[in-house]
Amino acid sequence: MRRFHQASWDEPIIHELSVPGERGILVPQVEEEIADAVGNPISRIPEALRRTEPPRLPGVSEHRVLQHYLRLSQETLGEHLNVDVGQGTCTMKYNPPINERFATSPKLTELHPFQDGSTVQGILEIMYKLDLFLREISGLERFSLQPGGGSHAIYAMACMVRAYFADRGEERDEVITTLFSHPSDAAAPRVKGFRPIVIPPDQDGLPDIGALKRAVSERTAALFITNPEDTGIFNPKIAEFTGIVHEAGGLCCYDQANANGILGITRAREAGFDMTFFNLHKTFASPHGCGGPGSGALGAAGKIAYYLPVPLVGYDAGQDRYFLDYDLPKSIGKVKDFCGVIPAIVRAYAWIMSLGEEGLRAVAETAVLNNNYLLHKLQKVRGMSAPFAPGRHRIEQVRYSFEELARDTGVHTTDIQRRVADFGAHYWTSHEPWYVPEPVTLEPTESYSKDELDEYARIIEQIVSEAYTDPDWVRTAPHRSTIGKVTDHSHFEDPGKWALTWRGYRKKYKGYFEPHEA
Amino acid sequence: MRKERSVHPWIPNSAPRIRDEMLREIGASSIDELYELIPEPLRFKGKLNLPDPLPDEASLDRHMRNILGKNVSTAERLSFLGGGCAPHYVPAVCDWINQRSEFLTAYAGEPYEDHGRFQVLFEYASMIGDLVGMDAVSVPTYDGSQAAASALRMAGRITGRKKALIPEIINPDRRSIIGNYSDPKLEVDEIGYDERTGLLDVADLERKLGPEVAAVYFEVPGYLGTIEPDPTEITRLAHAAGALVVVGVDPISLGVLAAPADYGADIVVGELQPLGVQMQFGGGRGGFIATPDDERHISEYPLRLFGIAPTVDQKWGFGDVAWERTSFAKREGSKEFVGTMAALWGITAGVYLALMGPAGMRELGETILARAAYAAERLNGIPGVRAPRLRSPFFKEFTVDFSETGLTVAAINEQLLERGIFGGHDLSSPFPELVGCALYCVTEVHTKDDIDRLVGAVSEVVKEGR
Repeated sequence: MRRFHQASWDEPIIHELSVPGERGILVPQVEEEIADAVGNPISRIPEALRRTEPPRLPGVSEHRVLQHYLRLSQETLGEHLNVDVGQGTCTMKYNPPINERFATSPKLTELHPFQDGSTVQGILEIMYKLDLFLREISGLERFSLQPGGGSHAIYAMACMVRAYFADRGEERDEVITTLFSHPSDAAAPRVKGFRPIVIPPDQDGLPDIGALKRAVSERTAALFITNPEDTGIFNPKIAEFTGIVHEAGGLCCYDQANANGILGITRAREAGFDMTFFNLHKTFASPHGCGGPGSGALGAAGKIAYYLPVPLVGYDAGQDRYFLDYDLPKSIGKVKDFCGVIPAIVRAYAWIMSLGEEGLRAVAETAVLNNNYLLHKLQKVRGMSAPFAPGRHRIEQVRYSFEELARDTGVHTTDIQRRVADFGAHYWTSHEPWYVPEPVTLEPTESYSKDELDEYARIIEQIVSEAYTDPDWVRTAPHRSTIGKVTDHSHFEDPGKWALTWRGYRKKYKGYFEPHEA
Repeated sequence: MRKERSVHPWIPNSAPRIRDEMLREIGASSIDELYELIPEPLRFKGKLNLPDPLPDEASLDRHMRNILGKNVSTAERLSFLGGGCAPHYVPAVCDWINQRSEFLTAYAGEPYEDHGRFQVLFEYASMIGDLVGMDAVSVPTYDGSQAAASALRMAGRITGRKKALIPEIINPDRRSIIGNYSDPKLEVDEIGYDERTGLLDVADLERKLGPEVAAVYFEVPGYLGTIEPDPTEITRLAHAAGALVVVGVDPISLGVLAAPADYGADIVVGELQPLGVQMQFGGGRGGFIATPDDERHISEYPLRLFGIAPTVDQKWGFGDVAWERTSFAKREGSKEFVGTMAALWGITAGVYLALMGPAGMRELGETILARAAYAAERLNGIPGVRAPRLRSPFFKEFTVDFSETGLTVAAINEQLLERGIFGGHDLSSPFPELVGCALYCVTEVHTKDDIDRLVGAVSEVVKEGR
């Protein structure tokens, strides 16, 4: 086993580093002529609006700021540093540094969105071509790159569904999703006034087609579904699902946030979807940035494409000129400022250009190979199981269960989660509700070698062995991480005890979590 | 010519020997067998029409340089474009930190293996709280417009009311984003403005306030740079009618402008881009939402909130506050939704504010005020040019009226472009009452020489046009 210890700098909160008078950076001072011409700039502000008390920001010298953030970065486990198969559904694949060269090029970072079209032909070309690539990969007609993540794309699809039926004068107020689809497939359409109906899984772990048939009606606006779902089992009846919803007059929205196992293998079009989206920060290798910025590239088929957010990018072949295309009379308008998360778009374009059609297929095939390899290994682990579809292969991920281990030892999946940190890896349980008891969802992607997958399996085996021999050691984990366990969760649940900012903390506590006298 | 394609460096197990070994271990005869659950009719049998790949890094680099080279950036010209995306100096430490592999490639780990991520985001929230005067700040949302839209829905739930009032002068994209996000739960109505000053028409606000109004939203500074001289009166009127006040700020102004909490804001929102985030063609965005720390507000946040807690070894520990309110936990029973949004720009804004400190923010505000004032006064001195067109105090951005020059803004900007200058954003089409006007943005990156060069070029263009 790797003898890992996470960095543990015991770094104070930045405000504790403040030394009055210290500066982290100096700012340009106005030239004398301007000062003479303008006078005291503060006098330009209406009196009621002048800041009388400076913000209580810390004052810290530059090197100390850098040190502080570098130390905290060391206490963060990025994909680049670990065998990141433990954050299932998130597609934690390799984020190639070459793409950072493009994303941080001044030719990109210093562009303003209102520049004259003649000065932004490069970025428009990239956006236009990425749209073409995604059309190929999905089989749909046109893509908007505007949504800022997967949930945002789901929300944008819900906006389009609503606009579509408003145009047709149909009042449809229900959407259908499944229990193993992403929580946002149920949550985001609610923002647009839809009532979600959730289809439970059947005995095979697949969404119950009988329940779908019972759920559809003249009130059905749309289906929001992933496939494969979080279980990694491909739903072979997916075309029947879309058929049933279409039959009822509804639209079909595909959540392909994670399409990593099926690139070039099967597409939204053939399965009968009207809309889909791809998370460029998952399948297309843009880094996750600690939780964004991401990008949910949103595609639509046929007439539904008229409802996409504007602007799209057009190409005038006669003039060989790319342009922002606002000419979409049925467009829902905007869901996000400007044109979307440009660095993610540029990275996705470059990633596809590096791989091409054979490469994309190799990505999918290897992701599936890796997943089934890990499944094969972990199925032998005591107390661990892979519910549903026994003996069948999975696509890109598996939702495992530690139900038996918990029953045998009293060690829960959340205990294992903390203990995995001691080995320099991640371990994510699963979205709620925990329909699979004591769950963990693992997704190996194409990025990790066989040896690395073996290493991750060894970590799980080691912790399971500890659970059976010394369960307290697992329950009190972590032991080799940045911090020890937080045992008192009332700090996250009790409004009288929680503190969401340093100023909030100082109001509630003196010293180390010592409450002020009432 | 190579006969066989090499194994791609990003896909180690595509090497045939390893692949076969793994298949053997699994007990499958082929990769195809692993896809057994995908029915034949759903299999894609064609070939994706994609360009020939550039698998070697050098070729990819060359290709990308060629395309990106077609862009001409604001670093290569003199730009006065703003309108929600502004040129501010980005300290080197900001980019240094957000390019760290650890932060760049992390995602959603737990407080133990990702302790640093939790701490930097808690600190980010703390420093935004310092700026705006609030004790609760969430992890960032997609952008400032989304923050405003979400805050209005929050206000709707808090008050149980169904209408939001927003200014008629607002970024048209933000108007559309708020409209989409409000429909069908919240009706949006607009507060008129004084045509001379661009400021909110308080009489119109009074007329529109009523028992159905959940929130009054206004911005300081407004979209066209104007500063409301008496926001306390606006918040007093709104509160008297039982509505909440949502204030949108430009955070870069808050070293010199009052914290919105001080003039009665209930929710403060804004865009993070000015705080150390590169413009990226409008792609570098993040939004913040800040409120008082009380249950009434906290329970309506759709976003993640990070709190601080003691650990068994007496260190700073962190975790999600009131997790059960989020859509991760509530799914179909949730209020709005949460997902991957803009954490990296929150971290970056935190680095920025830590570097700037209170003195930096104040000095920066003064520099922007002075340079923008100087630019407006100089432009105003050009015959036929009026600046600011909207006669009110302003910060960072101001309206310039060219209508008396006989030239359209488009024509002027074309001439300026030829002289290596990106002129201000044309307001003629988004605001028909401001035909012939442009929005100029002047910040700490514009020196006196830059402004003088602009003034010289505009004078020339105007003179030639006469």
